Amino acid sequence: MITPSSLAELREAVLSAPRVIAVGAQTKPRLAAVDAVKISTRLLRGITEYDPSEFTFTALAGTPVSEIIAALGERGQYLPFDPMLVDAGSTLGGVVASGLSGPGRFRYGGVRDFILGVRFVDGAGRLLRMGGKVVKNAAGFDLPKFFAGSLGRFGVLGEMTFKVFPRPASTLTLEVAGDAGTITEAARSRWELDALDVLPDSGQVVMRLAGPAPALQIIAREILAKFPGRISSDECWSNLREFRWAHLDGVLLKAAITPDQMAPLPGHRRHISAGGNVAFISLPDATALDSINLKAMTLRGDAPLWIRPRLPNAITKDVKNALDPDGRFPNLDD
Amino acid sequence: MPAAALQRLAALLPPERFLTRPVELAAYESDGLTAYRARPLAVAVPETADEVIALVRLCHELRLPFVARGSGTSLSGGSLPVTDGIVITLNRLNRILKLDPAQRIAVVEPGVINTQVTTAAAPHGLHYAPDPSSQSVCTIGGNVAFNSGGAHCLKYGMTSNHVLGIKAVLATGEVVEWGGASREHIGPDWCGLFTGNEGLFGIALEITLQLLPRAECFHTVLAGYRTLEQAGDAVSAVIASGLLPGALEIMDALALEAAVAAVHAEYPPGCEAVLIVELEGPRETVAVERERLDQIIDASEPVEARPARDAEERAAIWKGRKSAFSAVGRLSPDFIVQDGVVPRRRLGEALRRIGEMSREVGIRVANVFHAGDGNLHPLILFDGREAGALERAESLAGRILKMCVEMGGSLTGEHGIGVEKRDYLPDMFSADEIGLMQRVRAAFDPLGIANPGKMFPGTEAPALLQHGLHPLEKAGIISRE
Repeated sequence: MITPSSLAELREAVLSAPRVIAVGAQTKPRLAAVDAVKISTRLLRGITEYDPSEFTFTALAGTPVSEIIAALGERGQYLPFDPMLVDAGSTLGGVVASGLSGPGRFRYGGVRDFILGVRFVDGAGRLLRMGGKVVKNAAGFDLPKFFAGSLGRFGVLGEMTFKVFPRPASTLTLEVAGDAGTITEAARSRWELDALDVLPDSGQVVMRLAGPAPALQIIAREILAKFPGRISSDECWSNLREFRWAHLDGVLLKAAITPDQMAPLPGHRRHISAGGNVAFISLPDATALDSINLKAMTLRGDAPLWIRPRLPNAITKDVKNALDPDGRFPNLDD
Repeated sequence: MPAAALQRLAALLPPERFLTRPVELAAYESDGLTAYRARPLAVAVPETADEVIALVRLCHELRLPFVARGSGTSLSGGSLPVTDGIVITLNRLNRILKLDPAQRIAVVEPGVINTQVTTAAAPHGLHYAPDPSSQSVCTIGGNVAFNSGGAHCLKYGMTSNHVLGIKAVLATGEVVEWGGASREHIGPDWCGLFTGNEGLFGIALEITLQLLPRAECFHTVLAGYRTLEQAGDAVSAVIASGLLPGALEIMDALALEAAVAAVHAEYPPGCEAVLIVELEGPRETVAVERERLDQIIDASEPVEARPARDAEERAAIWKGRKSAFSAVGRLSPDFIVQDGVVPRRRLGEALRRIGEMSREVGIRVANVFHAGDGNLHPLILFDGREAGALERAESLAGRILKMCVEMGGSLTGEHGIGVEKRDYLPDMFSADEIGLMQRVRAAFDPLGIANPGKMFPGTEAPALLQHGLHPLEKAGIISRE
């Protein structure tokens, strides 16, 4: 494990071994479980720029997301896409590389929708900047978005700039009985829900409202008149965010789905998120993988990284070569 | 270009859809950046995705440059033809292939007009959020190629934030499909990389767009201020309040004059600037937030604040704003629209410096801008009939761009680099960074045949550079055939 403490050292680290992979707090260990020298971002830590009036901040890759959330919170702002595994220690770089967003992605989009710019080291050891530091920018190719979910296979992230929003005045959580039809109807409603998930244990639909408190009370009454349920506590969201519902030593998968793929399978624990667009699936072990009928990515546990992988197209290899000509980073399917 | 090669291309389409006569080509010589024009060898008018694929594959085989074009509204010259290549115009691929109100998506062909998506979605209470000012004519294919913005980007993002899936033919002839109906994806974000490629990677054939529920309620306020600075301060106050308006727009005196002349917009008299703020959401939320907004606006001491009382008044406010670019045509025979971005806190400083530069060189500049996200649109007025006027206007435009980058902003918020700003790319990115982008481009297009001459500075400019119209042509005395 190499532990650079500056972006200059990060460049050296990339060039120090024939094959390297960056890791943060290793909260999604399967994503970096490859045969490569690990570069820890642990010492690349801290918010380097934050001006609340710009709705942006810039931070080093190893900065714990909890630190960022706290700093934003002090100024009444937040990351609307709800990063996952915050208490577990996940880092900003890990959030981007894994492309993992939480329930809040329902309303305004995921990590890919809030990343504005990156500084990263490519496979040739060059420290490069792509995107920008302002909330709106269309100059050059949008590599920052490409890095969201790229699993450190195309470059090592050093520093990132994000867009943030003012935090809503209050939130209110409702728990109702429902199914895919409930999700579809609620997602299209006038209520502008902040989050819309299905709880793993009870199968209850949870909705989060966000905005001025008096308005939320009225909207909540209308929702409960339509779907039987109750006002619940916000606690469920942190349980979901930290995967407290999942098998501790089992296999944890993420799949991109549509609401018609929500139907439960026996023996699986599942958290359906973002209005039926994400499924987090937990299995006690890899033996149950055969029953997975979705394309998925393994976050942790002893299973292949890609479940039901798509055949790679020629462009995947060519773009990989453009960013990493010597194959210093593992391939996506390594 | 040997005639044989052109004949092979022509054989892919019926004769009436492969245009080669000068009179037919003339309409395609220019786009929204009217100061530039170039006549292509031919214009292909495919009607199906298969025809587009066949055209691109043959261009690849023949090493023949091609420029994809929608409605030709690019303000950065993004669809300017190349003289040694063809234009592939996509307006006839204009089908909405699927509209799924339950999943809130539309799958469209690239030639579908931006507003047609919302028109189709509206009966289901849905809409397509990105709203460039040219939305009544511009196409989704062009929006995807240039990652178009609009007046609602602060809250809703740009085109890229609404593209869930893309099927495209790359410049190599490879057909790829990324993403799909889900709002989430696993693995690298290929749709994110493709969106904003400025036509340098290939041609999108099918685009899956996310639709959003139409906001139930709007609160739109137009406030007039004695000075531009006061309007800017009002923006800062709104931002600091914790509200997240759907739109925050400013027009300066010259832009107001233009809107009055063009669409008979009415503004409070004696104002140097007008601010438009719009809140949207469920009625209960808007009811609470509008009180807060009205207090902030009152405290900002406007000459007059006019909340829209109904949908008609709201539409009138937006009509004035969205017509501003073309309205400036009433004030000046020619103009350049700039698109730089500055950090929001430096908006006032940026406008002051633009004003100084404008006075210094004696060129009028109107300002219409997305104040919420620091995206400026200085409209630089000139008369192309005067010798050297275009060059002077471009020189001023260049100084403004450099200023934006120096302030920590960007060369372009939503129009793209295109032909117009390509020489300024090195002001924002290092040689290594441009090198990387060129390698990425080469991965998609090793031959450099897809929209050559755009985005990258210098060398790769096989054609273009026919600045402006001939003076006699502009006067209507002669015309090119």
